[in-house]
Amino acid sequence: MVKPLFKHNSGRLLGLLAALLLLLLAFVASIALGTTSIAPLKTLQALIRYDPTDSDQIIIVTTRLPRAMFALTVGASLAMAGAMMQALTRNPLASPGLFGINSGAVLAVVLALTLLPLTSLSQLIWAAFVGAAVAALLVYVLGSLGGGLTPIRLILAGSALSALFGALTQGVLALDESGLQNVLFWLAGSVAGKDMDTLLQVLPYMLTGGVLALTLAYSLTILSAGEEVARGLGQRTSLVKTLSAVAVVLLAGSAVSAAGAIGFVGLVMPHFARYFAGNDYRWVIPYSAVFGGILLLLADLAARFPVQPGELPLGVVTGLIGMPFFIYIARTEFTQRRGEHDESRTDA
Amino acid sequence: MTNPVPMPNRKLPASAAARKRKTLTLLLLLALLLIIFVLSACLGSKWESPLAVLQTIFFRGGDSAFVIGMLRLPRLTLALLAGAGLSLAGTVLQGLIRNPLASPDVLGMTGGASAAAVAFITFSGGAISIRWLPVAAMAGALLVSGLVYALSWKNGVAPARLVLIGVGVSAGMGSVTMLLLAFSPVTSASKAYIWLIGSVYGASWQQVLTLLPWTLIFGAIAWANARNLNVHQLGEQVATGVGVALQRQRLGLMLVTVALAGSAVAVVGAVGFIGLIGPHIARRLVGASHGALLPASALIGALLLLLADTAGRTLFQPLDIPAGVFTAAIGAPFFIMLLLRQRRQPGGS
Repeated sequence: MVKPLFKHNSGRLLGLLAALLLLLLAFVASIALGTTSIAPLKTLQALIRYDPTDSDQIIIVTTRLPRAMFALTVGASLAMAGAMMQALTRNPLASPGLFGINSGAVLAVVLALTLLPLTSLSQLIWAAFVGAAVAALLVYVLGSLGGGLTPIRLILAGSALSALFGALTQGVLALDESGLQNVLFWLAGSVAGKDMDTLLQVLPYMLTGGVLALTLAYSLTILSAGEEVARGLGQRTSLVKTLSAVAVVLLAGSAVSAAGAIGFVGLVMPHFARYFAGNDYRWVIPYSAVFGGILLLLADLAARFPVQPGELPLGVVTGLIGMPFFIYIARTEFTQRRGEHDESRTDA
Repeated sequence: MTNPVPMPNRKLPASAAARKRKTLTLLLLLALLLIIFVLSACLGSKWESPLAVLQTIFFRGGDSAFVIGMLRLPRLTLALLAGAGLSLAGTVLQGLIRNPLASPDVLGMTGGASAAAVAFITFSGGAISIRWLPVAAMAGALLVSGLVYALSWKNGVAPARLVLIGVGVSAGMGSVTMLLLAFSPVTSASKAYIWLIGSVYGASWQQVLTLLPWTLIFGAIAWANARNLNVHQLGEQVATGVGVALQRQRLGLMLVTVALAGSAVAVVGAVGFIGLIGPHIARRLVGASHGALLPASALIGALLLLLADTAGRTLFQPLDIPAGVFTAAIGAPFFIMLLLRQRRQPGGS
């Protein structure tokens, strides 16, 4: 384990405050920059004294602000879900994207859209929860079946599940061509074109998941030291695990139903968080949330400019940013771990 | 036969009988493929009689010559060729790397080829003949699989790490492909599908001719190297001991897989899992010796893509489901099963 940058709680608190400041800056930048740039001061004006005759203020309140809020909450949710999964499985590559939880939620939403007469987000979000839960259950079964897969193989199995859900989603979409074009953009992940009402529909679930995550943080710290240790310390591990799974499903499911499948946020941000704050999940989870928010705000900013007047899907941007980190983690964390030496040999 | 990388068959007294059995299996596979080929040509929005199909194939005449000859046959032939190419590439890779999880898509070849093909279409702007598309796709496959291999290198290449990094890079290549699609004039969703998931939709004889030489030539080269592959399969030390020019051959055979997989992806897009499943099924049928394994795996790969495409074309008429949906739906559980089965073996972890 690399020593964290901040070794004392005061340092961690200061670091968190600095990260929050950065988050605020990214938030303001996300509102100010775009096809029409708006002075940051106007943002404040729009929030405090909304003037419906000013076109800039209308853009802010109807488009930019919801969009930034979406990026912030979705990023925070995904990163917290990833942090919890990494603590639960003690697998450095665990994340809602790689374990197929995002794509399971996407498949469920697409199925609900085509097969059931559901259209409003407040209904679709339940489909997303079901899909995320089914995927989580599948990964759990694969991970524990007859001794369980090694961490590295569990990731491979998760990515295969992801591919499976992805293919089934494409199949369902091919059956229903009418809704294809707008769903396709949502699929690749996007926070554009949303309004505050939509956000209010998913926010309660995100908040519940977030609060649950923070409540469980101390138990997760202990659990991440190993199941035997946690049990020895008197923890009811199955309760902690179940509640954590519920939190993960709530966070990932609501993030997906809000913005589609956005990969790599849940994978990378917890690593950053641990780099700064160490292994104490009471710090890792808030750090992850703030970092996740920053990442998605910035990625969403980057998505606006390359192909004007259109924009890139957000999932593409995070995919491009996240891939090098994935490789770095795969190279550094999966070599010479005890009990896994047989992974390093080629021959059976 | 549970061992994923078994020893090649030795010359045993029963070898003549074994060879006879293998030849018979190959012939049966070929017959099955031909029957399904003709039946698929019959199926479609309108049922055509097998007789009409045969008439079109052999005499280029008949009432339905256009539907069969210009719409269905090129599509089926393309599925056949691409399936065979992908499966052959997977077989050679699994033999070379001695990794049962290896396949063109897992090692990033498919993703790289797909991204390069989209880049070629986006940026060449029609200035360069489309005949060069396979070459561009091969370059992409070569580049990305080389990258995956290099990134997995750490005192040798551990199989699980290779696959893990391959999976990550492939996912990244998906993002690159989407990025390129966002820049390209080809922005329709259905076109995007072809490059992301693979489909034989809208095939023409032109495409068949583009792919045919690559599959034939490099398939033949792979088969000519069957004995070398058998030696490689025994492990590095044995191969060197037997006197094989190990590194040079390995590089050459890698290039063969790049050519096979890259050219197939250039015309049908990123069809997944055929290069993984094909060799495994073939090994069950004819054993691990490459002399019979390579043709068997080519036949099975062709059969798989043909069936996937026919299912996609006919099950939900008039809608057309990309063949890649079906190959992934079968292939992903198969991949998970392989992972689970390996775990039970001593040393396979």
